[in-house]
Amino acid sequence: MTDAVRSFDVLIVGAGPAGIAAACAASECGRTVGMVDDNPTPGGQNWRGEAPTPNTAESAAWYRRLLAAEIDFVRGASVFAQLGSGVLLAESADAIHELRYAKLILATGARERFLPFPGWTLPNVMGAGGLQALVKSGLPISGMRVIVAGSGPLLLAVAAYLKKHGARVLLIAEQATRARLVRFAAGLLRYPGKLFQGMEMRRSLSGIPYLSDCWTVSAEGKDKLERATLRQRQKIWTLECDYLACGFHLVPNTELAELLGCELREGSVRVDEWQETSVAGVFCAGEPTGIGGLELALAEGQITGYAAAGQPDTARPIFSERRKLRRFALLLEETFRLRKELKSLPGAETIVCRCEDVTFERLRRHNSWRAAKLETRCGMGPCQGRVCGAAAEFLFGWQAEPVRPPVFPASVEALAVSAPSGSGSSIRD
Amino acid sequence: MPETCTLSIDGARVSVPQGTTVAAAVLLSGVPGLRRSVRGEQRGPLCGMGICFECRVTINGRPHARSCQVVCEHGMEVRTND
Repeated sequence: MTDAVRSFDVLIVGAGPAGIAAACAASECGRTVGMVDDNPTPGGQNWRGEAPTPNTAESAAWYRRLLAAEIDFVRGASVFAQLGSGVLLAESADAIHELRYAKLILATGARERFLPFPGWTLPNVMGAGGLQALVKSGLPISGMRVIVAGSGPLLLAVAAYLKKHGARVLLIAEQATRARLVRFAAGLLRYPGKLFQGMEMRRSLSGIPYLSDCWTVSAEGKDKLERATLRQRQKIWTLECDYLACGFHLVPNTELAELLGCELREGSVRVDEWQETSVAGVFCAGEPTGIGGLELALAEGQITGYAAAGQPDTARPIFSERRKLRRFALLLEETFRLRKELKSLPGAETIVCRCEDVTFERLRRHNSWRAAKLETRCGMGPCQGRVCGAAAEFLFGWQAEPVRPPVFPASVEALAVSAPSGSGSSIRD
Repeated sequence: MPETCTLSIDGARVSVPQGTTVAAAVLLSGVPGLRRSVRGEQRGPLCGMGICFECRVTINGRPHARSCQVVCEHGMEVRTND
């Protein structure tokens, strides 16, 4: 095993849009910058796979800036533990990396919220962003019948992307009420950029039904998905399909921030005007501070980059943009709040924790996440509750406990390195 | 025509375009699922971004690799349903 120790003025965890913006800003201030991500190339989810050939003028401009900046990119490596103050450990397929920093920027993004319903564990039932990510990674989708379901603006973006790549998108099922969607559309008038994007998307989705008050009640099939049953108000019907792409908006990835002791507020990392967390020298940008989308991630990323590089004044002109985009984030939250009917989607035998195969029936006998975890092992598999934790929070109102180190499963060798005593603080042979 | 890369999935040779992830390669090779759950159910990828661990397979003898995060390489040996 080849191990490496590297030191940076500014270390960034996460190479999505927020991380890229932060890296460019900090590097342009003359700082040495390191960036670590568990993906093979920078781009995060929004710009996944775009590194060689960017899809938009905006991403192309950022990739150009990133290329011009001298950044040490640690690819394919998951940060799993803190070795001590100012040192993180990351593991890739063939190495353990010791990453030292003066300032740290967390740009760990978000994941989809998944809600259990009968049949959701069948192969080819995926997240909405999940299916998009797989298609971006080489899964052919041309001619496939796809139902896009769940909640949030991501459903529209995913449907447009899949259609463009030849999928037959049968419909988009949005759980939010029609009244909320109408209010959202009216609210968009205050954000011309977003309104324009919305109209463009609407045009590209012409011919695909976008149903409000609608969700999947079950998925069926023998070895994999064959059909899905939907409900809209009193109407229930079944459609044959190849893929069901289903995600209920997004959940911030706050595990690493919590490991480092950063305070959360309502599930998001609390930051000050410089995007600094409650831990001095640790900054946070993008979705972990509250789900707000690409533009907000870029604005916050730049602010953290300048602030962490010690040039906060350069960040000030971005404040008004950030303020505006945060108001939009509130509108998103209000519009796509989950309706309580979705709590009755799982049947007694529906699996909630997919790692340990724990059913809804076994979970609902308990009165807290901790009690359920001790008794059933829910949340104790490799995903460490990243999937079922958010579901249990919605279904039962349980507050999931912070993830303990390692925040990602690590090899025995890696765990030995991160142990507080024993092998010591150095990972060199 | 994009360059391709050939790997072995459960002993069968599969050629995929360069840049394809192992998860996508397994699905397009026709293998229905990537792993068996604790109760023996067939599972496929869910999140596509390295969070859910449903797509874990054995790559070049290394178990529990998240196949959605790994790009295919020439000669790679992938085993599903371990």
